[in-house]
Amino acid sequence: MPTAHQNKNDMEWFIGIIFLLVKLGLVLLTLLLLAAYLVWLERKFLARLQIRYGPNRAGKFGLLQPIADTIKMMTKEDSVPEAADRIIFLLAPAVVATSALLMFAVVPFGNALTLWGKNIPLVITDLFVGLLFVFALSSLGVYGVALGGWASNSKYSLLGGIRGAAQMISYELSLGLSLVPIVMLAGSFSLVDIVQAQEKYPFILVQPVAFVIFIISAMAESKRIPFDLPEAENELGAGYHTEYSGMRFGLFFLGEYVHMQVLGALVAVLFLGGWRGPVLPPFLWLLIKIIMVALIMIWTRGTLPRLRYDQLMALGWKVLIPAALLNIMVTGAVLLL
Amino acid sequence: MTIYSIIFYLLSVLILVTTALAITRRNMVHAVVYLIFSFFGSAMLFYLFGAPFLAVLEVIIYAGAIMVLFLFIVMMLKVDTGGERLFPLSQWLPAAVCGVLYLVLGIGIVVSDPNSHDALKTARAEPGAFGQYIFQNHWLSIEIISLLLLVAVIGALLLARRSKRPSAQEIPEGE
Repeated sequence: MPTAHQNKNDMEWFIGIIFLLVKLGLVLLTLLLLAAYLVWLERKFLARLQIRYGPNRAGKFGLLQPIADTIKMMTKEDSVPEAADRIIFLLAPAVVATSALLMFAVVPFGNALTLWGKNIPLVITDLFVGLLFVFALSSLGVYGVALGGWASNSKYSLLGGIRGAAQMISYELSLGLSLVPIVMLAGSFSLVDIVQAQEKYPFILVQPVAFVIFIISAMAESKRIPFDLPEAENELGAGYHTEYSGMRFGLFFLGEYVHMQVLGALVAVLFLGGWRGPVLPPFLWLLIKIIMVALIMIWTRGTLPRLRYDQLMALGWKVLIPAALLNIMVTGAVLLL
Repeated sequence: MTIYSIIFYLLSVLILVTTALAITRRNMVHAVVYLIFSFFGSAMLFYLFGAPFLAVLEVIIYAGAIMVLFLFIVMMLKVDTGGERLFPLSQWLPAAVCGVLYLVLGIGIVVSDPNSHDALKTARAEPGAFGQYIFQNHWLSIEIISLLLLVAVIGALLLARRSKRPSAQEIPEGE
């Protein structure tokens, strides 16, 4: 026999679930939409850097281009090569897209909100190992690239997949190590706590070295020019996604752009004070910071040529990792004093 | 049966099945993929027991780093294991002996411990507390392990250097 108290608890639980679902839906929608329009932004901005127009046929300023592209990809034939390892081939793109989308679950996009007497934290889940959760997912994302390349059973794909795996695990080290000082300063792995710790000043002011290491490693992690060896067009076709078509290719693409947003959000949360900012609402500030980071990435793409493989490895292992280790030691010494 | 025990049994089945598949597959890439699922299952088990820190480390280190290296090697091999027997007969006996021994020991430990019937309370292990405990009580073991890893790194470096030397004369400058 349920008592009144129990009924109230059940009700609260039910409302909690509803709020969570609404939050999930909104975040997912924003991420997907922003991914589509990041593609547009990239094409437009890159075109400007190269003195051309970029997409300008679908809608005003080509604003409908992402939607046209999505429809095209959805309706295209989804073909699987005969010699491919079917199941792994079909699942690999999903691994890339899912791991990128899930990473956003720990990014806070505002202070806790009070709505109808209920406290709603503006983050999907405040894990106290949030930062490690992001690393766990990003290390699982490697499988999408490596297995996608292997399962296609094509030389180009395999080479792309192997390059991708080697590059991603190399730069994951410097990515992780560069953030140790941030965790030391904030005293927590939780991204919510890290934003709270930046109440007085953003961490970029005290950790410029970590910022530079992180942003370089982040670009390498998302396999963008100048680190796009896994999909180097002139040598590998399209690398690990050469054999993919239709929406499965779209998922790789989506994964890349969602990854870009997640890295932008991480830069914002870890170095730029997260959702903090004057006048504008917190959510908008986070968005502005994400787009700023994305613009820097696009600008870099328009400026730098691709690294050679040995240069890539030397930069990761001989420059970034030692610099990150040194940075940890210096930060530790300063904190102890 | 609480929801936790249902999740526990589901996870156990997942881990056992994927591990069994991992050791019986002939396609090595498939075996690695099943093993990743198995590690992932163990990570979720840790999470269920209230150790999210350990769960995340399991995914980062085992599922994320070590298995990628396995995959890396296995992907490049083209082993034809078509007709041959999965395990040679000579390997069956030691495998069976080890398995039975392990089973007996495991049951022995569970039966002999008087507290084995009590369910553990769900607790949450904070990373900070975990680190403090490890470095206060087991600092010597940690130092020994890190020294061991350092030796392994230096050893690997030495092996790589040594095998490189003969070909160095053929390529005088750069690579």
